[in-house]
Amino acid sequence: MDLSNSLLSLENIHMSFRRVDVLKGIDLTINRGEVVALVGDNGAGKSTIIKVMTGVHHPTKGKVYIKGEHVNMRSVQDSRTRGVETVYQERALADQQEIWRNVFAGREIRNRLGFMDVKRQRAEAAQLLRERMGFTSRAITTDSEVAGLSGGEKQGVAIARALFFEADLIILDEPTMGLSLKETDKVLKFVRNIREQGKSAILIDHNILHVYSVADRFVILDRGKIAGQFTKDQISREQLIDIMVDLHQTGQIKTH
Amino acid sequence: MDSSMHNPAATPEKSGLSVAMARNPIDVAITVIAMLLFGMYLIGAPEVYLHFDIYRSFMSTLPYMGLLALGATFIVTLGEIDLSFPSVMGVAAWVFATVFTMTGSIPISFLACIGTGMICGALNGLLITRIGVPSIVATIGTMFLWRGLVNVLAQGKGIPLVEMRDSVFYDVLVGRLFGQIPMQFVWFCLIAILMIAIYKRHVFGSHVLFVGDNKSSAQMMGIRVYRTRMTCYILMGAMSGLSAVFLLSEVTYFWPTTGDGFLLPALAAVFIGGTSVFGGRGSMYGTFVGILIIGSLEAGIVAMGVQGFYTQLIYGLTITVAVSIYALVMKK
Ligand SMILES: Nc1ncnc2c1ncn2[C@@H]1O[C@H](COP(=O)(O)OP(=O)(O)OP(=O)(O)O)[C@@H](O)[C@H]1O
Ligand SMILES: [Mg+2]
Repeated sequence: MDLSNSLLSLENIHMSFRRVDVLKGIDLTINRGEVVALVGDNGAGKSTIIKVMTGVHHPTKGKVYIKGEHVNMRSVQDSRTRGVETVYQERALADQQEIWRNVFAGREIRNRLGFMDVKRQRAEAAQLLRERMGFTSRAITTDSEVAGLSGGEKQGVAIARALFFEADLIILDEPTMGLSLKETDKVLKFVRNIREQGKSAILIDHNILHVYSVADRFVILDRGKIAGQFTKDQISREQLIDIMVDLHQTGQIKTH
Repeated sequence: MDSSMHNPAATPEKSGLSVAMARNPIDVAITVIAMLLFGMYLIGAPEVYLHFDIYRSFMSTLPYMGLLALGATFIVTLGEIDLSFPSVMGVAAWVFATVFTMTGSIPISFLACIGTGMICGALNGLLITRIGVPSIVATIGTMFLWRGLVNVLAQGKGIPLVEMRDSVFYDVLVGRLFGQIPMQFVWFCLIAILMIAIYKRHVFGSHVLFVGDNKSSAQMMGIRVYRTRMTCYILMGAMSGLSAVFLLSEVTYFWPTTGDGFLLPALAAVFIGGTSVFGGRGSMYGTFVGILIIGSLEAGIVAMGVQGFYTQLIYGLTITVAVSIYALVMKK
Protein backbone atom coordinates (compact mmCIF):
# COMPACT_ATOMS: atom_id res chain seq x y z
CA MET A 1 0.00 0.00 0.00
CA ASP A 2 1.32 3.45 -0.88
CA LEU A 3 1.00 5.46 2.26
CA SER A 4 3.06 8.53 1.32
CA ASN A 5 0.16 10.96 0.94
CA SER A 6 -2.12 9.06 3.27
CA LEU A 7 -3.34 10.57 6.50
CA LEU A 8 -5.30 7.58 7.66
CA SER A 9 -5.63 4.10 6.16
CA LEU A 10 -7.59 1.01 6.95
CA GLU A 11 -6.23 -2.33 5.80
CA ASN A 12 -8.59 -5.28 5.59
CA ILE A 13 -10.64 -4.24 8.63
CA HIS A 14 -13.07 -6.79 10.04
CA MET A 15 -15.33 -6.07 12.94
CA SER A 16 -17.91 -8.26 14.58
CA PHE A 17 -20.19 -7.82 17.56
CA ARG A 18 -21.18 -11.05 19.29
CA ARG A 19 -20.17 -13.05 16.22
CA VAL A 20 -22.23 -10.86 13.87
CA ASP A 21 -19.95 -9.50 11.14
CA VAL A 22 -20.53 -5.80 10.76
CA LEU A 23 -17.43 -4.87 8.74
CA LYS A 24 -16.15 -7.41 6.25
CA GLY A 25 -12.73 -6.42 4.95
CA ILE A 26 -12.59 -2.65 4.60
CA ASP A 27 -9.66 -1.05 2.73
CA LEU A 28 -9.85 2.71 2.75
CA THR A 29 -7.37 5.56 2.56
CA ILE A 30 -7.94 9.19 3.43
CA ASN A 31 -5.40 11.51 1.81
CA ARG A 32 -4.15 14.87 2.97
CA GLY A 33 -6.32 17.81 1.97
CA GLU A 34 -9.25 15.62 0.98
CA VAL A 35 -12.88 15.55 2.07
CA VAL A 36 -14.28 12.04 1.86
CA ALA A 37 -17.96 11.24 2.20
CA LEU A 38 -19.09 7.92 3.59
CA VAL A 39 -22.57 7.04 2.39
CA GLY A 40 -24.81 4.02 2.74
CA ASP A 41 -28.01 2.70 4.27
CA ASN A 42 -28.83 2.60 7.95
CA GLY A 43 -26.81 -0.17 9.53
CA ALA A 44 -24.31 -0.33 6.65
CA GLY A 45 -21.45 0.11 9.11
CA LYS A 46 -20.45 3.76 8.60
CA SER A 47 -20.33 4.66 12.27
CA THR A 48 -18.58 1.42 13.07
CA ILE A 49 -15.83 2.26 10.55
CA ILE A 50 -15.11 5.58 12.19
CA LYS A 51 -15.18 4.02 15.64
CA VAL A 52 -12.54 1.56 14.51
CA MET A 53 -10.52 4.41 12.95
CA THR A 54 -10.58 6.43 16.15
CA GLY A 55 -10.02 3.74 18.77
CA VAL A 56 -13.50 3.35 20.25
CA HIS A 57 -13.61 -0.22 18.94
CA HIS A 58 -10.69 -2.54 18.52
CA PRO A 59 -11.06 -4.29 15.16
CA THR A 60 -11.51 -8.06 15.14
CA LYS A 61 -8.97 -8.18 12.33
CA GLY A 62 -7.02 -5.71 10.20
CA LYS A 63 -4.77 -2.71 10.69
CA VAL A 64 -5.16 1.02 11.15
CA TYR A 65 -2.41 3.37 9.93
CA ILE A 66 -2.24 7.04 10.83
CA LYS A 67 0.31 9.14 8.93
CA GLY A 68 1.91 5.94 7.69
CA GLU A 69 2.41 4.49 11.15
CA HIS A 70 0.64 1.32 12.25
CA VAL A 71 -1.35 2.16 15.38
CA ASN A 72 -2.64 -0.48 17.76
CA MET A 73 -5.84 1.35 18.71
CA ARG A 74 -6.70 0.99 22.39
CA SER A 75 -8.45 4.25 23.19
CA VAL A 76 -9.67 7.42 21.52
CA GLN A 77 -6.47 9.03 22.85
CA ASP A 78 -4.54 6.94 20.32
CA SER A 79 -6.17 8.71 17.38
CA ARG A 80 -6.55 12.08 19.05
CA THR A 81 -2.87 12.46 19.90
CA ARG A 82 -2.12 11.76 16.22
CA GLY A 83 -4.31 14.60 15.02
CA VAL A 84 -7.70 12.99 14.47
CA GLU A 85 -10.79 14.71 15.92
CA THR A 86 -14.22 13.12 15.84
CA VAL A 87 -17.83 14.16 16.25
CA TYR A 88 -19.62 10.88 16.89
CA GLN A 89 -23.20 10.26 15.91
CA GLU A 90 -24.02 9.92 19.63
CA ARG A 91 -22.29 13.30 20.21
CA ALA A 92 -20.38 11.94 23.20
CA LEU A 93 -21.44 14.47 25.78
CA ALA A 94 -22.02 13.86 29.47
CA ASP A 95 -25.38 15.40 30.31
CA GLN A 96 -24.91 16.14 33.98
CA GLN A 97 -21.52 17.79 33.63
CA GLU A 98 -20.83 21.46 32.95
CA ILE A 99 -20.12 22.61 29.40
CA TRP A 100 -16.52 23.53 30.23
CA ARG A 101 -15.91 20.05 31.61
CA ASN A 102 -17.33 18.49 28.46
CA VAL A 103 -15.26 20.69 26.16
CA PHE A 104 -12.01 19.62 27.80
CA ALA A 105 -12.92 16.02 28.64
CA GLY A 106 -9.94 13.75 28.12
CA ARG A 107 -7.53 16.61 27.26
CA GLU A 108 -7.74 18.81 30.28
CA ILE A 109 -5.46 21.78 30.79
CA ARG A 110 -3.57 20.43 33.75
CA ASN A 111 -0.41 20.81 35.74
CA ARG A 112 2.18 18.12 36.32
CA LEU A 113 0.27 16.65 39.23
CA GLY A 114 -2.88 16.33 37.16
CA PHE A 115 -4.78 19.20 38.73
CA MET A 116 -6.79 21.12 36.16
CA ASP A 117 -6.60 24.84 35.48
CA VAL A 118 -10.35 25.24 35.95
CA LYS A 119 -10.26 29.00 35.51
CA ARG A 120 -8.60 28.79 32.11
CA GLN A 121 -10.84 25.96 30.98
CA ARG A 122 -13.90 28.00 31.94
CA ALA A 123 -12.57 31.06 30.14
CA GLU A 124 -11.65 29.19 26.97
CA ALA A 125 -14.96 27.34 26.91
CA ALA A 126 -16.75 30.69 27.29
CA GLN A 127 -14.81 32.07 24.35
CA LEU A 128 -15.68 28.97 22.34
CA LEU A 129 -19.39 29.41 23.06
CA ARG A 130 -19.31 33.08 22.16
CA GLU A 131 -17.06 33.17 19.13
CA ARG A 132 -17.48 29.83 17.45
CA MET A 133 -21.10 29.21 18.25
CA GLY A 134 -22.52 32.68 18.73
CA PHE A 135 -24.19 31.71 21.99
CA THR A 136 -25.49 34.96 23.34
CA SER A 137 -28.19 33.53 25.53
CA ARG A 138 -27.54 34.59 29.10
CA ALA A 139 -29.22 31.44 30.33
CA ILE A 140 -26.39 29.33 28.96
CA THR A 141 -23.00 29.70 30.55
CA THR A 142 -19.94 27.49 30.62
CA ASP A 143 -21.20 26.31 34.00
CA SER A 144 -24.52 25.12 32.54
CA GLU A 145 -25.08 21.41 32.43
CA VAL A 146 -25.31 19.95 28.95
CA ALA A 147 -28.72 18.51 29.88
CA GLY A 148 -30.17 22.00 29.72
CA LEU A 149 -29.23 22.53 26.06
CA SER A 150 -31.48 21.95 23.07
CA GLY A 151 -30.65 19.15 20.65
CA GLY A 152 -29.10 21.56 18.17
CA GLU A 153 -27.14 23.32 20.86
CA LYS A 154 -25.74 20.02 22.11
CA GLN A 155 -24.66 19.22 18.59
CA GLY A 156 -23.14 22.67 18.34
CA VAL A 157 -21.05 22.04 21.43
CA ALA A 158 -19.85 18.69 20.07
CA ILE A 159 -18.87 20.21 16.71
CA ALA A 160 -17.32 23.36 18.16
CA ARG A 161 -15.30 21.18 20.52
CA ALA A 162 -13.88 19.15 17.63
CA LEU A 163 -12.99 22.25 15.63
CA PHE A 164 -11.48 23.98 18.64
CA PHE A 165 -8.72 21.42 19.01
CA GLU A 166 -7.15 21.86 15.63
CA ALA A 167 -6.69 18.51 13.96
CA ASP A 168 -5.35 17.21 10.64
CA LEU A 169 -8.37 14.99 10.11
CA ILE A 170 -11.85 15.85 11.30
CA ILE A 171 -14.49 13.15 11.24
CA LEU A 172 -18.14 14.18 11.36
CA ASP A 173 -20.82 11.51 11.74
CA GLU A 174 -24.18 12.97 10.64
CA PRO A 175 -23.32 16.47 11.86
CA THR A 176 -26.39 18.07 10.31
CA MET A 177 -28.91 15.64 11.74
CA GLY A 178 -31.78 17.58 13.30
CA LEU A 179 -30.33 21.00 12.54
CA SER A 180 -32.18 23.97 11.04
CA LEU A 181 -31.30 25.10 7.50
CA LYS A 182 -29.20 27.94 8.79
CA GLU A 183 -27.24 25.74 11.18
CA THR A 184 -26.82 23.09 8.49
CA ASP A 185 -25.29 25.71 6.17
CA LYS A 186 -22.90 26.70 8.90
CA VAL A 187 -21.74 23.13 9.39
CA LEU A 188 -21.24 22.59 5.64
CA LYS A 189 -19.28 25.82 5.47
CA PHE A 190 -17.05 24.52 8.26
CA VAL A 191 -16.36 21.40 6.23
CA ARG A 192 -15.38 23.45 3.14
CA ASN A 193 -13.16 25.51 5.40
CA ILE A 194 -11.40 22.41 6.60
CA ARG A 195 -10.29 21.63 3.06
CA GLU A 196 -9.27 25.20 2.32
CA GLN A 197 -6.96 24.96 5.30
CA GLY A 198 -5.36 21.92 3.67
CA LYS A 199 -6.77 19.56 6.25
CA SER A 200 -8.85 16.45 5.70
CA ALA A 201 -12.35 15.47 6.69
CA ILE A 202 -14.64 12.48 6.64
CA LEU A 203 -18.31 13.33 6.39
CA ILE A 204 -21.18 10.95 6.99
CA ASP A 205 -24.55 12.33 5.93
CA HIS A 206 -27.71 10.78 4.49
CA ASN A 207 -28.44 13.90 2.46
CA ILE A 208 -26.70 13.44 -0.91
CA LEU A 209 -27.10 17.12 -1.70
CA HIS A 210 -25.06 18.05 1.36
CA VAL A 211 -22.53 15.38 0.65
CA TYR A 212 -22.11 16.30 -2.99
CA SER A 213 -21.67 19.98 -2.24
CA VAL A 214 -18.64 19.50 0.00
CA ALA A 215 -16.92 16.17 -0.65
CA ASP A 216 -14.16 15.30 -3.14
CA ARG A 217 -14.72 11.58 -3.04
CA PHE A 218 -17.68 9.35 -2.22
CA VAL A 219 -17.26 5.97 -0.62
CA ILE A 220 -20.38 3.84 -0.83
CA LEU A 221 -20.82 1.31 1.91
CA ASP A 222 -23.19 -1.62 1.73
CA ARG A 223 -23.67 -4.19 4.47
CA GLY A 224 -20.15 -3.95 5.80
CA LYS A 225 -18.34 -3.77 2.45
CA ILE A 226 -17.25 -0.97 0.18
CA ALA A 227 -19.55 -1.24 -2.83
CA GLY A 228 -17.87 1.49 -4.84
CA GLN A 229 -15.85 4.70 -4.76
CA PHE A 230 -16.16 7.73 -7.02
CA THR A 231 -14.44 11.07 -7.19
CA LYS A 232 -16.44 14.17 -7.81
CA ASP A 233 -15.22 14.49 -11.42
CA GLN A 234 -16.29 10.93 -12.20
CA ILE A 235 -19.99 11.39 -11.52
CA SER A 236 -22.63 14.06 -11.33
CA ARG A 237 -24.92 14.62 -8.39
CA GLU A 238 -27.80 12.93 -10.21
CA GLN A 239 -25.71 9.89 -11.05
CA LEU A 240 -24.71 9.56 -7.41
CA ILE A 241 -28.34 9.68 -6.36
CA ASP A 242 -29.23 7.06 -8.98
CA ILE A 243 -26.46 4.79 -7.75
CA MET A 244 -27.70 5.07 -4.19
CA VAL A 245 -31.29 4.34 -5.20
CA ASP A 246 -30.22 1.35 -7.32
CA LEU A 247 -28.09 0.00 -4.53
CA HIS A 248 -30.97 0.28 -2.14
CA GLN A 249 -33.37 -1.48 -4.49
CA THR A 250 -31.21 -4.15 -6.12
CA GLY A 251 -28.31 -4.46 -3.72
CA GLN A 252 -25.88 -3.74 -6.57
CA ILE A 253 -24.15 -0.83 -8.22
CA LYS A 254 -24.87 -0.48 -11.92
CA THR A 255 -21.93 0.78 -13.93
CA HIS A 256 -22.84 3.94 -15.77
CA MET B 1 -10.67 36.40 28.55
CA ASP B 2 -13.84 37.87 29.96
CA SER B 3 -15.86 34.85 30.88
CA SER B 4 -18.11 36.85 33.17
CA MET B 5 -19.91 38.30 30.16
CA HIS B 6 -21.66 35.04 29.63
CA ASN B 7 -21.69 34.02 33.19
CA PRO B 8 -24.33 35.81 35.18
CA ALA B 9 -23.25 33.98 38.31
CA ALA B 10 -19.93 35.79 38.18
CA THR B 11 -21.09 39.36 37.59
CA PRO B 12 -19.64 41.72 40.21
CA GLU B 13 -22.89 42.65 41.95
CA LYS B 14 -23.43 39.03 43.01
CA SER B 15 -21.77 37.94 46.21
CA GLY B 16 -19.51 34.93 46.61
CA LEU B 17 -22.27 33.12 48.45
CA SER B 18 -24.72 33.27 45.57
CA VAL B 19 -22.03 32.02 43.21
CA ALA B 20 -21.57 29.08 45.56
CA MET B 21 -25.35 28.63 45.65
CA ALA B 22 -25.62 28.59 41.89
CA ARG B 23 -22.71 26.21 41.33
CA ASN B 24 -23.10 23.90 44.31
CA PRO B 25 -26.63 24.06 45.74
CA ILE B 26 -26.17 20.74 47.53
CA ASP B 27 -22.95 21.83 49.22
CA VAL B 28 -24.80 24.85 50.56
CA ALA B 29 -27.74 22.70 51.70
CA ILE B 30 -25.58 20.21 53.60
CA THR B 31 -23.68 23.03 55.29
CA VAL B 32 -26.95 24.57 56.47
CA ILE B 33 -28.21 21.20 57.73
CA ALA B 34 -24.96 20.66 59.64
CA MET B 35 -25.16 24.11 61.20
CA LEU B 36 -28.78 23.58 62.22
CA LEU B 37 -27.91 20.25 63.85
CA PHE B 38 -25.00 21.80 65.67
CA GLY B 39 -27.19 24.67 66.82
CA MET B 40 -29.63 22.09 68.13
CA TYR B 41 -26.88 20.34 70.10
CA LEU B 42 -25.70 23.67 71.53
CA ILE B 43 -29.16 24.65 72.68
CA GLY B 44 -30.11 21.14 73.81
CA ALA B 45 -26.95 20.40 75.76
CA PRO B 46 -24.85 23.55 76.23
CA GLU B 47 -23.03 22.09 79.23
CA VAL B 48 -21.68 19.35 76.93
CA TYR B 49 -21.13 21.32 73.76
CA LEU B 50 -19.36 24.27 75.34
CA HIS B 51 -16.62 21.94 76.53
CA PHE B 52 -13.83 20.48 74.47
CA ASP B 53 -14.26 16.88 75.68
CA ILE B 54 -17.09 16.00 73.32
CA TYR B 55 -15.10 17.32 70.33
CA ARG B 56 -12.05 15.35 71.36
CA SER B 57 -14.20 12.27 71.52
CA PHE B 58 -15.64 12.95 68.02
CA MET B 59 -12.17 13.56 66.68
CA SER B 60 -10.86 10.25 67.92
CA THR B 61 -13.80 8.17 66.65
CA LEU B 62 -14.80 9.87 63.37
CA PRO B 63 -11.80 9.18 61.14
CA TYR B 64 -12.24 5.40 60.68
CA MET B 65 -15.70 5.64 59.20
CA GLY B 66 -14.70 8.93 57.57
CA LEU B 67 -11.83 7.55 55.51
CA LEU B 68 -14.11 4.78 54.25
CA ALA B 69 -16.77 7.29 53.24
CA LEU B 70 -14.24 9.41 51.33
CA GLY B 71 -13.20 6.39 49.29
CA ALA B 72 -16.78 5.24 48.77
CA THR B 73 -17.73 8.64 47.33
CA PHE B 74 -15.71 7.87 44.19
CA ILE B 75 -17.35 4.45 43.80
CA VAL B 76 -20.85 5.85 44.25
CA THR B 77 -20.05 8.62 41.77
CA LEU B 78 -19.25 5.89 39.23
CA GLY B 79 -22.85 4.77 39.69
CA GLU B 80 -21.54 1.65 41.43
CA ILE B 81 -21.36 0.44 45.01
CA ASP B 82 -18.91 -1.37 47.25
CA LEU B 83 -20.33 -3.39 50.14
CA SER B 84 -17.11 -5.21 50.88
CA PHE B 85 -14.94 -2.43 52.29
CA PRO B 86 -15.55 -3.33 55.97
CA SER B 87 -14.33 -6.84 55.19
CA VAL B 88 -11.35 -5.52 53.23
CA MET B 89 -10.58 -3.44 56.29
CA GLY B 90 -10.70 -6.65 58.33
CA VAL B 91 -8.20 -8.44 56.08
CA ALA B 92 -5.90 -5.43 56.02
CA ALA B 93 -6.15 -5.16 59.81
CA TRP B 94 -5.17 -8.81 60.22
CA VAL B 95 -2.15 -8.27 57.99
CA PHE B 96 -1.19 -5.20 60.00
CA ALA B 97 -1.43 -7.06 63.31
CA THR B 98 0.40 -10.11 62.02
CA VAL B 99 3.24 -8.17 60.39
CA PHE B 100 3.60 -5.99 63.46
CA THR B 101 3.78 -9.05 65.72
CA MET B 102 6.48 -10.48 63.47
CA THR B 103 8.58 -7.36 62.84
CA GLY B 104 7.68 -4.90 65.57
CA SER B 105 7.89 -2.18 62.90
CA ILE B 106 4.95 0.19 62.38
CA PRO B 107 6.15 1.49 58.95
CA ILE B 108 6.49 -2.04 57.55
CA SER B 109 3.11 -3.07 58.96
CA PHE B 110 1.62 0.15 57.62
CA LEU B 111 2.81 -0.53 54.07
CA ALA B 112 1.74 -4.18 54.22
CA CYS B 113 -1.70 -3.14 55.44
CA ILE B 114 -2.29 -0.49 52.75
CA GLY B 115 -0.89 -2.87 50.13
CA THR B 116 -3.30 -5.59 51.23
CA GLY B 117 -6.21 -3.16 51.02
CA MET B 118 -5.15 -2.19 47.49
CA ILE B 119 -4.84 -5.82 46.38
CA CYS B 120 -8.32 -6.63 47.73
CA GLY B 121 -9.64 -3.50 46.02
CA ALA B 122 -7.99 -4.49 42.75
CA LEU B 123 -9.56 -7.95 42.95
CA ASN B 124 -12.97 -6.34 43.48
CA GLY B 125 -12.26 -4.09 40.51
CA LEU B 126 -11.22 -6.96 38.25
CA LEU B 127 -14.33 -8.92 39.15
CA ILE B 128 -16.49 -5.93 38.26
CA THR B 129 -14.72 -4.39 35.27
CA ARG B 130 -13.14 -7.43 33.60
CA ILE B 131 -15.44 -10.33 34.43
CA GLY B 132 -18.41 -8.01 34.33
CA VAL B 133 -20.21 -8.86 37.58
CA PRO B 134 -22.40 -5.91 38.67
CA SER B 135 -20.71 -4.13 41.56
CA ILE B 136 -23.46 -4.76 44.11
CA VAL B 137 -23.47 -8.48 43.34
CA ALA B 138 -19.69 -8.80 43.20
CA THR B 139 -19.13 -7.02 46.49
CA ILE B 140 -21.83 -8.99 48.33
CA GLY B 141 -19.73 -11.98 47.35
CA THR B 142 -16.40 -10.49 48.36
CA MET B 143 -17.89 -9.05 51.55
CA PHE B 144 -18.38 -12.63 52.78
CA LEU B 145 -15.20 -13.82 51.11
CA TRP B 146 -12.85 -11.32 52.78
CA ARG B 147 -14.57 -11.63 56.16
CA GLY B 148 -14.45 -15.40 55.90
CA LEU B 149 -10.75 -15.15 55.10
CA VAL B 150 -10.09 -13.05 58.21
CA ASN B 151 -11.97 -15.54 60.38
CA VAL B 152 -9.93 -18.42 59.01
CA LEU B 153 -6.62 -16.55 59.21
CA ALA B 154 -7.21 -15.25 62.72
CA GLN B 155 -8.84 -18.48 63.92
CA GLY B 156 -11.35 -16.28 65.68
CA LYS B 157 -8.68 -14.89 67.97
CA GLY B 158 -7.71 -11.28 68.67
CA ILE B 159 -4.11 -10.00 68.55
CA PRO B 160 -2.84 -7.56 71.19
CA LEU B 161 -0.70 -4.70 69.86
CA VAL B 162 0.24 -2.79 73.01
CA GLU B 163 3.94 -2.67 72.00
CA MET B 164 2.92 -0.14 69.35
CA ARG B 165 2.83 2.48 72.11
CA ASP B 166 6.63 2.36 72.43
CA SER B 167 7.19 3.59 68.89
CA VAL B 168 7.42 7.22 67.77
CA PHE B 169 5.18 6.32 64.85
CA TYR B 170 2.42 5.58 67.32
CA ASP B 171 2.38 9.26 68.28
CA VAL B 172 2.50 10.30 64.65
CA LEU B 173 -0.57 8.18 63.89
CA VAL B 174 -2.78 8.50 66.94
CA GLY B 175 -0.93 10.73 69.43
CA ARG B 176 -2.46 13.93 70.75
CA LEU B 177 -1.38 17.15 69.04
CA PHE B 178 -0.65 19.79 71.76
CA GLY B 179 -1.87 17.12 74.14
CA GLN B 180 -5.42 17.68 72.92
CA ILE B 181 -6.17 16.97 69.27
CA PRO B 182 -6.14 13.31 68.18
CA MET B 183 -3.62 12.91 65.35
CA GLN B 184 -5.92 10.57 63.44
CA PHE B 185 -8.28 13.52 63.02
CA VAL B 186 -5.49 15.73 61.72
CA TRP B 187 -4.58 13.07 59.15
CA PHE B 188 -8.21 12.55 58.28
CA CYS B 189 -8.71 16.27 57.64
CA LEU B 190 -5.60 16.49 55.46
CA ILE B 191 -6.73 13.49 53.43
CA ALA B 192 -10.26 14.92 53.17
CA ILE B 193 -8.91 18.22 51.82
CA LEU B 194 -6.84 16.33 49.26
CA MET B 195 -9.86 14.24 48.22
CA ILE B 196 -12.08 17.32 47.92
CA ALA B 197 -9.49 18.91 45.63
CA ILE B 198 -9.16 15.71 43.59
CA TYR B 199 -12.91 15.30 43.21
CA LYS B 200 -13.61 18.66 41.60
CA ARG B 201 -10.25 19.85 40.28
CA HIS B 202 -8.15 16.83 39.42
CA VAL B 203 -8.33 15.04 36.10
CA PHE B 204 -9.09 11.80 37.93
CA GLY B 205 -12.11 13.24 39.75
CA SER B 206 -13.40 14.69 36.50
CA HIS B 207 -13.03 11.33 34.76
CA VAL B 208 -14.91 9.56 37.56
CA LEU B 209 -17.78 12.02 37.06
CA PHE B 210 -17.78 11.37 33.31
CA VAL B 211 -17.70 7.60 33.65
CA GLY B 212 -20.52 7.73 36.21
CA ASP B 213 -22.52 10.01 33.97
CA ASN B 214 -22.24 8.09 30.71
CA LYS B 215 -19.73 5.31 30.13
CA SER B 216 -19.91 5.22 26.35
CA SER B 217 -19.68 9.01 26.02
CA ALA B 218 -16.72 8.95 28.38
CA GLN B 219 -15.02 6.37 26.19
CA MET B 220 -15.63 8.44 23.06
CA MET B 221 -14.26 11.52 24.81
CA GLY B 222 -10.99 9.67 25.21
CA ILE B 223 -11.37 8.77 28.87
CA ARG B 224 -9.90 5.43 29.83
CA VAL B 225 -13.01 4.01 31.44
CA TYR B 226 -11.49 0.73 32.60
CA ARG B 227 -8.51 2.41 34.21
CA THR B 228 -10.68 5.00 35.94
CA ARG B 229 -12.96 2.36 37.46
CA MET B 230 -10.04 0.18 38.56
CA THR B 231 -8.40 3.18 40.22
CA CYS B 232 -11.57 3.85 42.22
CA TYR B 233 -11.66 0.30 43.59
CA ILE B 234 -7.95 0.30 44.39
CA LEU B 235 -8.33 3.67 46.12
CA MET B 236 -11.25 2.28 48.13
CA GLY B 237 -8.98 -0.59 49.19
CA ALA B 238 -6.20 1.82 50.18
CA MET B 239 -8.66 3.83 52.28
CA SER B 240 -9.86 0.64 53.98
CA GLY B 241 -6.25 -0.22 54.82
CA LEU B 242 -5.60 3.28 56.12
CA SER B 243 -8.72 3.16 58.23
CA ALA B 244 -7.56 -0.16 59.68
CA VAL B 245 -4.15 1.30 60.56
CA PHE B 246 -5.69 4.18 62.53
CA LEU B 247 -8.29 2.05 64.27
CA LEU B 248 -5.80 -0.62 65.34
CA SER B 249 -3.33 2.01 66.50
CA GLU B 250 -5.96 3.75 68.60
CA VAL B 251 -7.18 0.60 70.34
CA THR B 252 -3.88 -1.36 70.07
CA TYR B 253 -5.81 -4.53 69.54
CA PHE B 254 -6.89 -6.53 66.50
CA TRP B 255 -10.11 -8.49 66.58
CA PRO B 256 -11.55 -10.51 63.68
CA THR B 257 -14.65 -8.33 63.39
CA THR B 258 -12.58 -5.20 62.70
CA GLY B 259 -14.52 -3.03 60.26
CA ASP B 260 -17.94 -4.46 61.03
CA GLY B 261 -20.57 -1.82 61.55
CA PHE B 262 -18.92 0.82 59.33
CA LEU B 263 -20.78 -0.06 56.14
CA LEU B 264 -24.06 1.75 56.65
CA PRO B 265 -22.75 4.86 58.45
CA ALA B 266 -20.12 5.36 55.73
CA LEU B 267 -22.63 5.01 52.90
CA ALA B 268 -25.10 7.21 54.80
CA ALA B 269 -22.42 9.91 54.98
CA VAL B 270 -21.92 9.66 51.22
CA PHE B 271 -25.63 9.93 50.44
CA ILE B 272 -26.36 12.62 53.03
CA GLY B 273 -23.50 14.52 51.38
CA GLY B 274 -25.45 14.65 48.14
CA THR B 275 -23.72 12.07 45.94
CA SER B 276 -26.24 10.46 43.61
CA VAL B 277 -26.69 6.67 43.47
CA PHE B 278 -27.19 7.04 39.73
CA GLY B 279 -23.65 8.30 39.33
CA GLY B 280 -22.16 11.31 37.58
CA ARG B 281 -23.09 13.72 40.30
CA GLY B 282 -21.84 14.26 43.79
CA SER B 283 -19.71 16.15 46.23
CA MET B 284 -16.67 15.17 48.28
CA TYR B 285 -17.16 18.25 50.43
CA GLY B 286 -20.71 17.00 51.02
CA THR B 287 -19.34 13.64 52.14
CA PHE B 288 -16.96 15.40 54.53
CA VAL B 289 -19.82 17.32 56.16
CA GLY B 290 -21.92 14.14 56.04
CA ILE B 291 -19.20 12.34 58.01
CA LEU B 292 -19.26 15.07 60.66
CA ILE B 293 -23.06 14.79 60.86
CA ILE B 294 -23.30 11.00 60.96
CA GLY B 295 -20.30 10.72 63.26
CA SER B 296 -21.71 13.17 65.81
CA LEU B 297 -25.39 12.29 65.61
CA GLU B 298 -25.50 9.50 68.12
CA ALA B 299 -23.34 11.16 70.76
CA GLY B 300 -25.11 14.44 70.11
CA ILE B 301 -28.54 12.98 70.67
CA VAL B 302 -27.51 11.14 73.80
CA ALA B 303 -25.85 14.27 75.22
CA MET B 304 -29.06 16.20 74.74
CA GLY B 305 -30.66 13.86 77.24
CA VAL B 306 -32.81 12.08 74.70
CA GLN B 307 -33.02 8.42 75.53
CA GLY B 308 -30.70 6.17 73.57
CA PHE B 309 -33.39 4.30 71.70
CA TYR B 310 -34.45 7.54 69.99
CA THR B 311 -31.10 7.79 68.23
CA GLN B 312 -32.01 5.62 65.26
CA LEU B 313 -35.23 7.53 64.79
CA ILE B 314 -33.47 10.90 64.68
CA TYR B 315 -30.67 9.39 62.60
CA GLY B 316 -33.19 8.17 60.07
CA LEU B 317 -35.10 11.43 60.12
CA THR B 318 -31.96 13.46 59.38
CA ILE B 319 -30.97 11.25 56.47
CA THR B 320 -34.47 11.15 55.01
CA VAL B 321 -34.94 14.91 55.25
CA ALA B 322 -31.52 15.61 53.72
CA VAL B 323 -31.94 13.34 50.72
CA SER B 324 -35.46 14.71 50.15
CA ILE B 325 -34.09 18.25 50.09
CA TYR B 326 -31.52 17.20 47.46
CA ALA B 327 -34.12 15.52 45.32
CA LEU B 328 -36.16 18.73 45.40
CA VAL B 329 -33.14 20.94 44.72
CA MET B 330 -32.12 18.82 41.74
CA LYS B 331 -35.63 18.82 40.29
CA LYS B 332 -35.66 22.60 39.91
N1 LIG C 1 -21.84 -1.80 19.95
C1 LIG C 1 -22.54 -2.59 19.11
N2 LIG C 1 -22.98 -3.80 19.52
C2 LIG C 1 -23.67 -4.61 18.68
N3 LIG C 1 -23.98 -4.29 17.42
C3 LIG C 1 -23.58 -3.11 16.95
C4 LIG C 1 -22.84 -2.19 17.76
N4 LIG C 1 -22.58 -1.09 17.04
C5 LIG C 1 -23.12 -1.31 15.83
N5 LIG C 1 -23.72 -2.51 15.76
C6 LIG C 1 -24.40 -3.07 14.58
O1 LIG C 1 -23.57 -2.86 13.47
C7 LIG C 1 -24.30 -2.51 12.33
C8 LIG C 1 -23.74 -1.25 11.73
O2 LIG C 1 -23.96 -0.18 12.63
P1 LIG C 1 -23.48 1.30 12.31
O3 LIG C 1 -23.84 2.13 13.48
O4 LIG C 1 -22.05 1.27 11.92
O5 LIG C 1 -24.36 1.69 11.06
P2 LIG C 1 -24.43 3.07 10.27
O6 LIG C 1 -24.01 2.80 8.90
O7 LIG C 1 -23.70 4.12 11.01
O8 LIG C 1 -25.99 3.36 10.32
P3 LIG C 1 -26.80 4.74 10.51
O9 LIG C 1 -26.86 5.40 9.19
O10 LIG C 1 -28.15 4.29 10.94
O11 LIG C 1 -26.10 5.53 11.54
C9 LIG C 1 -25.74 -2.39 12.78
O12 LIG C 1 -26.43 -3.54 12.37
C10 LIG C 1 -25.67 -2.33 14.27
O13 LIG C 1 -26.77 -2.97 14.84
MG1 LIG D 1 -24.22 5.74 12.03
